[in-house]
Amino acid sequence: MSPRRIETGNRIDRLKTIRFTFDGAAYTGHAGDTLASALLANGVTLFGRSFKYHRPRGLLSAGVEEPNALVTVLRGDVREPNIAATMVEIHDGLVAISQNRFPSLSWDINAVNQLGGKILSAGFYYKTFMGPVIGPFKGTRFWMFCEHFIRRAAGLGRAGSAADPARYERMNAFCDVLVVGSGPAGLMAAKAAADQGARVILAELDPRFGGSANWSDETIDGLPSADWARRAVKQLEGHDNVRLLPRTTVWGYYDNNTLAALERVSDHKENPGKGEPLHRYWAIRAGSVVLATGAFERPLVFPGNDRPGVMLAHAAERYANEFGVLPGDKVALFTNNDSAYRSALALKKAGAQIVAIADVRPELSGDVRKLAEETEAEILTGHAVIATEGGRALTGLKLQRFDMANGGLTGDARSIHADCLLMSGGWSPTIHLASQAGARAEWSPARQAFLPPQPTQKWIGAGAFTGSFSTAEAIAEGRAAGLAAAGGSSTPTALPSVEAAPGDPDPAPVFEIRAKGKSFVDFQHDVTAEDVRLAHREGFVSVEHLKRYTTLGMATDQGKSSNVPGLSIMAEALGKPIPEVGTTRFRPPFAPVSIGSLAAERFGDLKPERLTPMHDWHVDNGATMYSAGLWYRPMIYGLSGETIEQAYVREARATRETAGIVDVSTLGKIAIQGPDAAEFLDRVYTNMFSTLAVGKARYGLMLREDGFAFDDGTTWRLGEQDFLMTTTTANAGKVMQHLEYFLDVIWPELKVHVTSVTDQWAGAAIGGPKARQILAASVTGTAVDNVTLPFMGIVRGEISGVPVMICRLSFSGEMAFEVYCGAGYGTHVWETLVAAGKPFGLVTYGLEALGTMRIEKGHVTGAEIDGRTTARDLHLDWMLSKKKPFIGSAMMDREGLVSSDRLELVGLMALDNRPLNGGAHIVEELDEANPHGSIGHITACCYSPALGKHIALALVKGGKARHGTRAHVSDPLRNRFGPVEIVSNHFYDPDGSRMHG
Amino acid sequence: MLITCPYCGPRDVIEFTYQGDGNRERPEPASQNFEAWNAYVYDRLNPAGDHNEIWQHSGGCRSHLRVVRNTLTHEISSVAFARGDHGPRRKMEGKS
Ligand SMILES: [Zn+2]
Repeated sequence: MSPRRIETGNRIDRLKTIRFTFDGAAYTGHAGDTLASALLANGVTLFGRSFKYHRPRGLLSAGVEEPNALVTVLRGDVREPNIAATMVEIHDGLVAISQNRFPSLSWDINAVNQLGGKILSAGFYYKTFMGPVIGPFKGTRFWMFCEHFIRRAAGLGRAGSAADPARYERMNAFCDVLVVGSGPAGLMAAKAAADQGARVILAELDPRFGGSANWSDETIDGLPSADWARRAVKQLEGHDNVRLLPRTTVWGYYDNNTLAALERVSDHKENPGKGEPLHRYWAIRAGSVVLATGAFERPLVFPGNDRPGVMLAHAAERYANEFGVLPGDKVALFTNNDSAYRSALALKKAGAQIVAIADVRPELSGDVRKLAEETEAEILTGHAVIATEGGRALTGLKLQRFDMANGGLTGDARSIHADCLLMSGGWSPTIHLASQAGARAEWSPARQAFLPPQPTQKWIGAGAFTGSFSTAEAIAEGRAAGLAAAGGSSTPTALPSVEAAPGDPDPAPVFEIRAKGKSFVDFQHDVTAEDVRLAHREGFVSVEHLKRYTTLGMATDQGKSSNVPGLSIMAEALGKPIPEVGTTRFRPPFAPVSIGSLAAERFGDLKPERLTPMHDWHVDNGATMYSAGLWYRPMIYGLSGETIEQAYVREARATRETAGIVDVSTLGKIAIQGPDAAEFLDRVYTNMFSTLAVGKARYGLMLREDGFAFDDGTTWRLGEQDFLMTTTTANAGKVMQHLEYFLDVIWPELKVHVTSVTDQWAGAAIGGPKARQILAASVTGTAVDNVTLPFMGIVRGEISGVPVMICRLSFSGEMAFEVYCGAGYGTHVWETLVAAGKPFGLVTYGLEALGTMRIEKGHVTGAEIDGRTTARDLHLDWMLSKKKPFIGSAMMDREGLVSSDRLELVGLMALDNRPLNGGAHIVEELDEANPHGSIGHITACCYSPALGKHIALALVKGGKARHGTRAHVSDPLRNRFGPVEIVSNHFYDPDGSRMHG
Repeated sequence: MLITCPYCGPRDVIEFTYQGDGNRERPEPASQNFEAWNAYVYDRLNPAGDHNEIWQHSGGCRSHLRVVRNTLTHEISSVAFARGDHGPRRKMEGKS
């Protein structure tokens, strides 16, 4: 058997042996062991090196508050760093390694940092590395030199770079009562609420329910407390309305009684079940919450209090009673309160020799003295520990007489041999969740602890969480809280009786023994009592500043054990009582949370892909696809050996010479129907739509409420009360929301229905001199001549059996038609048109050619309607009706929106025959060395096959007034400078004769 | 945060889109009162306490809702269809 294993231990299964490794060495433990208990049983005392000084560190605790024994668990190539060994359940094949040591845990080269203690004190980084360079070893430049070495030496575990193959998942849960913590208070609360018929969730961060009942060795209802807990859990398991969540840490308390929890589902298993996640993130919405989270025991602050072998008193009790591990053979205790005597007795019962109990108080109550005598230890009241001895394990300690009244040490120091020193600085209720939920904690001078605030949300506290540290109180408060949370009323009932060791819950107000040597307050961040005083001497008087300057309480344990001792030292330095110094507010998470669980299934590329009905055809026919927002659109249909530029120039040229066809299914399409549809459009668009004849379309412009341009597109009047609006691809969703808002909130009296039909229609635009002939060859049921289908006219017909709507409108500037059909027939109609066009030389073209032809025509898109331009800026003021108000009409004439020096749309032609760049600035005088004096910028550019020039659209100050003048592009990032001529944005066919045919 | 849509019942806030301060009063369309337009377009109450807001159930029935939400606690004290209360808006001064 392992050297420290004893006969007790109700959590482990001695029949099951588990094999694991730590730092490469093979160990065994039992099912139920944590990594901490199993290593302790194997005689391991050294678990890690401290953050700054690389001091050897052992176990301080047995639970979630552990600051010292942080390890990295390896799962294949995946590293999970900074996990408390006290929270790792061992399983066969577990591989764990220690952290912050080099080259090995026992021989750590950085342990020399201990010698430099004075240098590495509070504020070391600020003082040494901030500010101006004074001399060779100060300032930010020195920091840049040292950072590499310091980052390597200081710090916690190293994160891995391998992708985590584990699965994580997220659950939403609703309940009437969430009980957090399953000690006697939590178990009673869950039972009471369940009996009322409430839907209950009981969350426990340990693998086993029961909390302190698992190790306190008290008697409840005539049973050993651990057995009583087993029975209570069995009863809860019989309730259909109770969900039991072991291994589940409730880590966040948010608004509206929403709580976040992490369930460690399978990381305690060698082989997780099929489909089982590693962790599960729970978002729990609770009607009310019972906080039964217990309390943390506090360390005392004295020189050498961090030596391996110095441990919290109750932690030793847990190791003995839960895990059957004795942390030492010769045990000494140091306390400021009564609870340590119960721990001493437990260790004595488990087989340890209790060599001495030092108590800062001058005398003990009769009951406690009796307990003390049972331990057969030497009782040293009015004494304090002033030093510890040993290296990687404790060998002894030094004591001196201590006067509680003034903190003075007197008399000769006395040495005692011990291999384990248990300390107790009293208890701090675990009020983190209540603090997160809102109000500030209240200081109790009697308990020397912060007690939970008045609830600001629907929670009720019970047990040690409220400062009621006895099990009898926990049982009574737990039941009352459960009843109240479930909305039941308290009826008198016989509560389970408790037999427990006597003790006063109030400690003496002593947290620190001031003697020579390093006394640690925050073990994880290596903050000493002297650091706190130094910070005070340097003027840090606010607790928030103190925290940041010393980093006290800012490590992964968030100061669970260091908070109150740190504040008490601060208070003493300030000469103020603790409540006036105040406490910092606890923030989520209560304990570290795996990032994987927060992401859950939501990783990778989550964007949906929107594909047009003809998508597969484009891909099969050589299109290079381009993502535009969520849509995928053909960029070019390149021939082999063609560059992108060659391809789009060919496509655009062919369209202007013969005909081209492009997929326009991505345009937003909104059906606007109802008796007031025309009136609604008159209010929404800047121009008139009520005058539009049925069977005709009109180009429309929308403004925002603030008078800036918003979106443009054509709207087709299909019937008296039936319109089909098209929007730009990018703004389809925004326009829909805009219309819905006005109909629902501003003008509910309008009888109009708007329906998004973007996905219901497939659209193809076919344009060019041969477009009409191609259409005539494909369409049946209607003529497409100039009389039947004039500019902006709409006809219905069929294309190879499929009903289609055809509107004659043009974006390319050529004679063009948009053909719409049901989305399911999109490819069929497209293929028919492409086949009909073949003899005429029809080409398919993509976004590049589309963009080229629109620049040649000077049409605006989202690049110009960028939220900062007005209708006038874009020369669309001819569309602003004076006969009616419309959205934006009242605001569009504001002073700043009509001034003459606004950026206006113009065209640019490169005078040096070189390509222009989008985003390049326009300047009057070129100064390549010192670019300045921008008068505007390029919004879109291309090589124009129609003009044989590199051209661009731009927004330029003064706009039209500059037509015919010269300026320069100035693009220092891409080193493109050169002369341009400012011209009209209508480069090509300005009078529109081509599209009007 | 849950918002109880009168059509759809209690739903997570991710289904909703915030559509602005519900205290704004849109002038009559033809109004030339520039001050009123300016207030409508740009002025927002920013109370520390109950706030009257418009939310759209964009991931559900797409109704616009008038929601009274406490900006300090996110507590929602009332939800109603925004459609019903056209006309001069009920002004609600936030507690500050
Ligand atoms: Zn809804």
